[in-house]
Amino acid sequence: MTVRRTLLGGMLGLALAASTSGFALAQEAVKIGLILPMTGPFASTGKQIDAAVKLFLAREGATHGGRKLEVILKDDAGNADATRRLAQELVVNDKVSVLAGFGLTPLAMATAQIATQAKVPEIVMAAATASITEASPYIVRTSFTLPQASEPMAHWAAKNGVKKVFTVVTDYGPGIDAETSFANTFKEAGGTVESVRIPLRNPDFAPFLQRVSEAKPDALFVFVPSGVGAQFMKQFIERGLDKAGVKLIGTGDVVDDDILEGMGDVALGAITTHHYSAAHDSPANKAFVEAFQKANPGMRPNFMAVGGYDGMKLIAKALDATKGDASGDKLIAAMKGASWESVRGPVKIDPDTRDIIQNIYVRKTQKLGSELHNVEFETIKDVKDPVKARK
Amino acid sequence: MLTILFDGIAYGMVLFVLGCGLSVTMGLMNFVNLAHGAFAMLGGYVAVLAMQRLGLPFLASLPLAFLAAALVGVVLERLIYRPMYTKSHLDQVMFSIGLVFMAVAGTDWLMGSTQQFIRLPDWLQGRFEVAGIGIGRYRLFVIVVCGLLAVSLQWGFTRTRFGSRLRAAVDDARVARGLGIPVNRLFALTFALGSGLAGLGGALGIELMGLDPTFPLKFMIYFLIVVTVGGTSSITGPFFAAMLLGVADVVGKYLVPQVGAFIIYALMVVLLITRPHGLFARARA
Amino acid sequence: MTMPVLETRVRQALFASRRWHPAEIVFWCLAFAAFLLFPRNLLLLNEIAILALFALSLDLILGYAGIVSLGHAAFLGMGAYAAGLLAKHVTADPFAGLLAGMGAAGLLGLVTSPLVLRGTDLTRLMITLGVALILYELANSFSTLTGGADGLQGIMMAPVLGLFDFDIFGRTAYLYSLSVLFLLFLIARRVVHSPFGLSLRAIRDNPLRAAASGVPNDRRLAAVYTLAAAYAGAAGALLAQTTQFVSLDVLDFHRSADLMLVLIIGGAGYLYGGLIGAIAFKLLQDLIASFTPQYWMFWIGLFLVLFVLGGREMIHGAVKAAAARFARLGKGAAR
Repeated sequence: MTVRRTLLGGMLGLALAASTSGFALAQEAVKIGLILPMTGPFASTGKQIDAAVKLFLAREGATHGGRKLEVILKDDAGNADATRRLAQELVVNDKVSVLAGFGLTPLAMATAQIATQAKVPEIVMAAATASITEASPYIVRTSFTLPQASEPMAHWAAKNGVKKVFTVVTDYGPGIDAETSFANTFKEAGGTVESVRIPLRNPDFAPFLQRVSEAKPDALFVFVPSGVGAQFMKQFIERGLDKAGVKLIGTGDVVDDDILEGMGDVALGAITTHHYSAAHDSPANKAFVEAFQKANPGMRPNFMAVGGYDGMKLIAKALDATKGDASGDKLIAAMKGASWESVRGPVKIDPDTRDIIQNIYVRKTQKLGSELHNVEFETIKDVKDPVKARK
Repeated sequence: MLTILFDGIAYGMVLFVLGCGLSVTMGLMNFVNLAHGAFAMLGGYVAVLAMQRLGLPFLASLPLAFLAAALVGVVLERLIYRPMYTKSHLDQVMFSIGLVFMAVAGTDWLMGSTQQFIRLPDWLQGRFEVAGIGIGRYRLFVIVVCGLLAVSLQWGFTRTRFGSRLRAAVDDARVARGLGIPVNRLFALTFALGSGLAGLGGALGIELMGLDPTFPLKFMIYFLIVVTVGGTSSITGPFFAAMLLGVADVVGKYLVPQVGAFIIYALMVVLLITRPHGLFARARA
Repeated sequence: MTMPVLETRVRQALFASRRWHPAEIVFWCLAFAAFLLFPRNLLLLNEIAILALFALSLDLILGYAGIVSLGHAAFLGMGAYAAGLLAKHVTADPFAGLLAGMGAAGLLGLVTSPLVLRGTDLTRLMITLGVALILYELANSFSTLTGGADGLQGIMMAPVLGLFDFDIFGRTAYLYSLSVLFLLFLIARRVVHSPFGLSLRAIRDNPLRAAASGVPNDRRLAAVYTLAAAYAGAAGALLAQTTQFVSLDVLDFHRSADLMLVLIIGGAGYLYGGLIGAIAFKLLQDLIASFTPQYWMFWIGLFLVLFVLGGREMIHGAVKAAAARFARLGKGAAR
């Protein structure tokens, strides 16, 4: 029995060594396991990131630090068990050097142990619950955290004459994250907050909006998964809340660039805080949006796409820094503190938390020409994830 | 409070239009068609396309949604549903789940996975107040349309020759056939009508429930609740069941949002335990 | 024909199906040999073993007692959360977790069994579905306990028997799951061929007649429902332990729906149906997903439709013909 165990252990160690000592084979491609929800209710996340990753390889080349990047795309359909198994298979069978993607918080969490055990960096390109990067020392995030986006909203509201806010969030991890961080900050700034949570599978927002309309707040803070945002906005208008003088505020998820055009004029006037808008005013972003739309007609890049693009950028930068050494610890070391000019503005990986430090913009949804856009009008510089910053 | 009741009724009305076709087909051929939601989705997408691509007004796109779903219903009934009638319930369930999967993936491929939207004409937007009750114009429109539909269905079901044949066939298809009632043709017609209604409901529901490729899966549970609670042998049963569910769901979520998600399921389980054959089912031998 | 002669013939007929068939022995040898044959796919094999156990559980109530269920995921989830929480807060021993999962799910089965004993097939489908959905919402609401939508994090398992650590290749995981599956299969096999199992089949085929011949229908059905729930709980516990993670997904509707599919593919009512179905389903899923990652759902749907429309006779016919060549596999096969 014990012989067997040592044998197993030995084999494990050998295989791990083989999978991580990539730099002995410098000419071989660096494999990146990209796990995304390509089907199911969160497929739009997967499609945006997949498109952005392809765009990165097309625009900035596939060779970095002397090594060719090879992306292996897997679909987990938003199902955490599948994510975990795919990650495990990618590490064991395909010998990937980096795991990337992760559309939702549980998917990123499910993989954390594998990243730790196999010492493979896990690049989170979308999931936004604050605690993710604490689950493993090999997790690095290039998207954003919800507290990062929602606390600036609370500050902005408090400064702009909003006294009473009603928060409406979807009852799951990210929603609760957004609610608590917004409510706490806003209360500290002297405002009052009432809250209600919406069940995950909820087709009709009427009962919740009715409560809001009876409470007569100055503003309604909303967080719902990006797909149902439009539904929410429509019913917000239908209920006449805009005419009753209630401001609609929230994180950028609700006015997701991907679906903003389809929402129509109901989105006009919404004030949101977020790290990226396709209308971000910089030459780099204009070129990015143009290239993205050329490669994917009918799609507009949203914050998911930017997370994916910057995730690839980070991998490429780390490989440049290690001169092609793709072993996990070296890559992570190179990623810590990495900074670059992203299409969303300057970004940096916090060396302590491995989370992203970036500008948060206050935006208003407006018409630019015939298209709806989130136009940035205020910038809060270099925001760290406030939850981890407080610790 | 009355406002919320009004919202609930509008919601229940849409559920009724979506579900009543299913209840009739289930009662008539004893066929469990879980793919019913796929017809509703089809109707929704037809309406969206008609408005976006062809520039048709909203009102014109509704009949189109009905017709498209009904037409597809007839064709599918002829081609692939018919052999299923003699199979076991389990086979039927699997078969229709298969259809749902195909519809979901197929729609995703054709239309993309994002939510679809329509723009309502101005006269349906906004709301007005009557005696302190806020009334959304669109919800009022839904209630009127669906209410008229329910009344005419009930009339057709109980007062016309078609209706009485249909009821006879639901009660005992074999005897009805023996009496010279063309049960198969009757069923094809009913199936088309039911699918068409689902399509119409799908189109009407875009504003209230949203529309994306996972629609048939997301709302399958709601249709089934309407049918099982309402029973399968009348129009009134599903109607009241849909009203009850719509109102209970909306009012419950308004009053106690903390348990909002449970209400509809708990209600279903309780109803089914106390009335296992549906709320308004006639006693059957 | 005199009574004693008849009795011996009945006895023989009943015993014939209890005897181990060579094909069965080959099946299990292959299952264990797969460990050596496919060292690259142990994770998939592990998932197959767990799904097979889950399907076995549904087969017990559907194939043998005729209870349809669209909410079997409730028990899977119950077992998974029970095992996961035990490992996190009390003891990391896998067997303790397995027992806890089975116990919790079995209890849930016992408590909910009165609900499924009444009504028609359709009512049962709805009630089981409703129970599963309520449980899903509960797990989501009690996020302090279950982790909510983030999933239950931080499960660390102790080595099996104190010797075999769970490794990243899934070696221990597969052998562990397969052993549990085999053990529970043996028990299930014993149960369905016992007088208890025969009485279940009598109820399935004709409840009135069974009741008339003195079978306590309700109590028997409740018993098998509880047993099946415990089996599903075991599958859930294995899932939680081998992936060291539990998410709300274990309670999701698609788990129950997929499970029905598995049993339909394999055929219900002869125990191996679930096992064969699980193998076919997972391989098919893996195969389709690897070349069209986006639209595998479509192909699975198409497969189902064609299967029910006519292909099933072909596949099952082929299986049955092959089985008949060895000898009769089991009388339950003819559903």
